[in-house]
Amino acid sequence: MDSILTLENIDKVYGSKIKTQVIFDLNLSFQPGTFNSIIGQSGSGKSTLLNIMGTLDKPTKGKVLVEGRDTGALKKNDLAKLRNEAIGFVFQFHYLLPEFTTLENILMPQWVKNKRIEPEIQRRAEELIEVVGLEKVKNNLATDMSGGQQQRAAIARALMNRPRILLADEPTGNLDSETSNSIYRLLKDINKEFQSTFIVITHDKKIAERTDRIIELKDGKVYTDVTQK
Amino acid sequence: MKFPFRIAWRFLKSGKGQTILILSGIAIGISVQVFIGLLIQGLQSSLVDSTIGNASQITVESQENNGEIFNYQEKEEVIGNNVEGITEMSPTLTLPAFISLEEEAESALIRGFDLEKAEGIYGFREKIITGRLPENSAEVAVGIGLAENLELEIGDTLEVFNFEGDQGEVVIAGFFDIGVTNLNESWIVSEIETAQSIFQRDSITAIEIQVEKVFEADRIGEEVQALLDDDVKVTNWKDANQDLLSGLQGQDISSIMIQIFVVVAVVLGISSVLAISVLQRSKQIGILKAMGVNDRSASLIFLFQGLILGIIGGFIGIALGLGLSYSFMIFATNPDGSPVVEIVINYNFIALSFLIAVAASTLAALIPAKKSSKLQPIEVIRNG
Repeated sequence: MDSILTLENIDKVYGSKIKTQVIFDLNLSFQPGTFNSIIGQSGSGKSTLLNIMGTLDKPTKGKVLVEGRDTGALKKNDLAKLRNEAIGFVFQFHYLLPEFTTLENILMPQWVKNKRIEPEIQRRAEELIEVVGLEKVKNNLATDMSGGQQQRAAIARALMNRPRILLADEPTGNLDSETSNSIYRLLKDINKEFQSTFIVITHDKKIAERTDRIIELKDGKVYTDVTQK
Repeated sequence: MKFPFRIAWRFLKSGKGQTILILSGIAIGISVQVFIGLLIQGLQSSLVDSTIGNASQITVESQENNGEIFNYQEKEEVIGNNVEGITEMSPTLTLPAFISLEEEAESALIRGFDLEKAEGIYGFREKIITGRLPENSAEVAVGIGLAENLELEIGDTLEVFNFEGDQGEVVIAGFFDIGVTNLNESWIVSEIETAQSIFQRDSITAIEIQVEKVFEADRIGEEVQALLDDDVKVTNWKDANQDLLSGLQGQDISSIMIQIFVVVAVVLGISSVLAISVLQRSKQIGILKAMGVNDRSASLIFLFQGLILGIIGGFIGIALGLGLSYSFMIFATNPDGSPVVEIVINYNFIALSFLIAVAASTLAALIPAKKSSKLQPIEVIRNG
């Protein structure tokens, strides 16, 4: 099967006077519909890698191919469109817009698309709210929710445009273990149901073990890459 | 377009304190701008009005001093049919003469008018304080100053004469006060026929004209001159009132300077508050960009904020400015209760002020908008 996301010979160097290289000649590719985890110590380049995969950051050298398209060759606006339509993000911090309600935050990617909210879209948003269990607080402002609820809203938002790729950077990093378990169960279910490709950074080995593939980074290189049955 | 507008609106709504702060800034600035503008305009128009409101603004005279104009009806018709912007036109036979009652004599100015037409310029009817305007031939109205000097009374018969040997007798029908001392002390007003029979001629000495736009008197005067023969000259009030004109111009410039500085202060105020708001909302902008908002939309969010603030602030500012102007008219009054300055609502000026408010606010949003456009989502996400 063709891979949905491919990294070819990626280098990433920060700084111009004093150069710090964080990723070294890295090659990876991901199959559609798989649930992947990236682990590694802090400073191993996990987040940088994820941002490069999500086209938020540019590699110093190498290519990022999303669904076969070389993102380095895309114009800024096309890149923005690609992010809007193909990629969903969940960050360690939820980044909900505090000026909007939960439902509005979840609809945001559709608004960005400049689409009118058709009844079908509205239904999809309501469904997602149900999936993440936020029916009761859907009309609350984003700030009027608990941390776990906010992170679940962020997940629902990431899924709103049915992205083919979902990138998550320690989505449960700020949550207690019980909430984080329920969120991972949720991600797993969604992965099955929507057949999107999940790439999740975690520092929790137990969680990583429940994914299809575990990639361990060390000093900006792939240290181990294990596909599980 | 809809998306950035929606976000802009919500940002403004949720940051109520900040929004109110900016709105008050715009509103106060624009209200001062409107008030100063209207006040100066009112001041100028009342100054102009008191100077030339009851006077001839364009005068057609003979080239010679006190020379005669013949066929004046014809000339009136030519002017009336061919020149636009004229509101009043009145022929007059005005000549100096002496008047005497019993022993006493005094020099005076006999002003023969078609009183019907002259009413539009001088408003004699309102200015009569005792008696009435002349109705029959050989009747006159006399300025109150002259009447006091000679101790005249209504019904007195005056003798009028000059050195050329013209003479006649007139009866006083009333006294007027036109508000200017030396005119009150010299004018004797009659129907044109009365003056013509005293001075034994059927010509006149001048055609007096008022125009709708007083500042165009010179241009209209030229038009009038072009229609008439060279034996008449056309003068206008602007030539005779250079001092007043340069005074008005000076006022205009200082008023515009004040207005410009007020608007500059408003722009700086909005710009700095919106710039802070970009910093405060950099997280939101960053995440929106990660979600696929392009740079153009990201900058539109702030331009729309400027636009919305300008529109609302402009409305409030104009309302405040008009309120200020009205209260100024009500509270700043002369002893007789009339306002010190009669402020006239100039709709074009107000529309212009509104446009300035909107343009200035949008302009002020340019720098924040640019910042927002340049913001990289990765900076926000990497730094939390």
